[in-house]
Order: sequence, then structure tokens, then C-alpha cells
Amino acid sequence: MDSTNRIEEERSPLGWFLAGARGIFSLPAIILMLSFVGFCSLTVQAGIPLAQVVFMTGIVWALPAKVILVSSILSSASLATAFLAVTLSSVRLMPMVAALVPELRTPKTPTWLLLVLSHFIAITAWVFAMERVPAVPRQHRATFFAGFGITLVAANMALVGIVYRLVADFPPIVAGCLFFLTPVYFLASIWNSARHPVVYAALAIGLVAGPLCYWIAPEFDILLAGLGGGTLAWAGERLWRSRREKSA
Amino acid sequence: MSWMDGWWAYAFIAIAGWLATDIWRWLGVLAGNRLRDDSEALNWVRAVATALVAAVIAKLILYPTGVLAQSPLWLRLGSVVLGAIVFFAARQKPAAGIASAIAALAAGLWWLGF
Repeated sequence: MDSTNRIEEERSPLGWFLAGARGIFSLPAIILMLSFVGFCSLTVQAGIPLAQVVFMTGIVWALPAKVILVSSILSSASLATAFLAVTLSSVRLMPMVAALVPELRTPKTPTWLLLVLSHFIAITAWVFAMERVPAVPRQHRATFFAGFGITLVAANMALVGIVYRLVADFPPIVAGCLFFLTPVYFLASIWNSARHPVVYAALAIGLVAGPLCYWIAPEFDILLAGLGGGTLAWAGERLWRSRREKSA
Repeated sequence: MSWMDGWWAYAFIAIAGWLATDIWRWLGVLAGNRLRDDSEALNWVRAVATALVAAVIAKLILYPTGVLAQSPLWLRLGSVVLGAIVFFAARQKPAAGIASAIAALAAGLWWLGF
């Protein structure tokens, strides 16, 4: 590692951009691309035109937000309802970005650049960046992340564009498995990337609260499950934490 | 389905999709270092956000669209449970859990004649 350090310090900005771009061949990026094939099949089944799916992939980027957006369109929700559902589901992006920004920036990094780069942050890019960025010299980190983020978004836009026509002709088993990849991938990656005990509690309660709220109030199920289940998980975890602190 | 036509669909996606997600990314940048990662308000926000995504996951598994809508519930739940068991047995490796859940689903669908 030490012998390569000098070479890495001398790498040009383009070299660092390309080093980030190579992250497209990492396991998280490959799983994400398979999930995007699955998402593409969801949009085909929902009847959303190709151009809108590619547009959505580039401009929204976060996969959970897009799944909620598509579900909102499917249930012909109003713009306000869809906005609220997507906004609430994307709150998680704020602490993720806030945790990554101090790793990416130098005292000279302009805020506008960080605002632009933040668009490329979603679960996969975040996990990848938090893991790999500390090994990159600080003045090249933003470039490295830009290389990874831009490549990943562009590759998935192209992938969705190519695969859209094919997913309709997939054998039923393949189509079914690709659809299933999305929920299974989210379950594994949320559990795996959780850094706070409250996330485990919220995940478990949300899984039960979702169907329960769908049964009680199908129109507001996701919002109800999120607000109610999340508050319950937070209160429970807080109580557990304060009891542990008292007994300690 | 008027939302599908012309500029309105793109405006819908831009407002309910792009604006609704990038607002949080921008706030995240501005919060940056100053955000207290241990504040109770952030903990609550984190819990609500996670529960919301979990509810979406549960709905996708229990009420899928397309091909899986015709598959039996026990197969979908069984595949997820098997995936979870392998995930924890394999020291929480996402790839192991995901692969075994998908393999179980594929085997079940094939056996049922899909």
C-alpha cells in the first residue's frame, strides 16, 4: 500500500475521476443495476412511457423515492399527495448527505459544487463513498466521488433505456425475480447500513405497520405507517435507552 | 390518465420526484458539519423515514404487481424468511441474503409451473 501512495498522490484529476468511475464494477453497483432492471420492469407493468422512466432515473435517482413515485402514479394520487409521500421517504437523504459532506470537502471546496454532487447520493453511492473515500487524498475526494456518482447515474439511465423494451418479453420467472429484487435488496441494505439501533426497530415496526395501515386506511397507508410506526420505534428505543442508562 | 400526456408528466416527476428528493440533499449539504448527529429530533426523523421505506417494502412483498400478483403469498414470505436466515448466518452479507431469497423464489415459481 505504502509503495503505491506516491503514484496515487501524483495521479491527475482525470485519473481520480476515472478511479471513481471504475467503482461501477463493484458489488454494490452491480446489485443496484440489477435492481434498476427490476425497477424498469415495475414501470413497464405500471405503463409509464420509456422517456419518462429514463428522465425519472436521472432526475430523482434515489430508488425508494422512485418506487414511491411510481406507486403514487399507479394509484393516481394528486401532485400534493405524491410530493408529500416522496418528501417523507427522502428525509433519510439529509443525514446521509450531512455525514458524507465533511468527508468530501476541503476548506476550499465551493458549496455549489457540493450541492451539485449531493444529487448523486443515494443508498448505494453513499455506502460506496463512506467505505472508499477515506483512502483517497482529501483534495481529490470530490473528483473521485463525482466520477463514481456521474458514471453510476449515466450507466443506469442507459441501462433502463436499453432494458425497457426487453423486460416485457422476459419469461415470467425472470420478471418475477427482478421485481422481487427491489424489496429484498432494500431490506438487506438498510439493515446492513444501519448505524443506529432505532433503524432496526423502525424497520421491523414499519414492515408490520405497512400492511396493517393498508388494511385500516388504504389511501394513507404509507404515510400512516411511517409517522405512526416511526414514532413508536423512536419512543420505544428512547425508553429502552433511558432505562439502560439508569441501570448502568 | 391525463398525467401521462406531454409536459404535465414531466412536471409531475420534477416536482414530486426531483424537488422532493433534492430538497433533503441540499439541506444535508447545508447542515454538513453543524448537524448534531446525536440530536433527538434527527433520531425521530430517521425512525419515521426508515419505517416509511419498510412499509413500502412490505407492500411490494404482500401486494406485488405484474407476474408476482399471481404467485402464492407463502412463497414470497418463505423466500424472504429464507433470505433473512442466510443473511444472518453469513455474517450479514447482503449478497448472500439477496441471492438465496431470489433463488428460493425462482425455484418456487418454477415448481408451480410459471
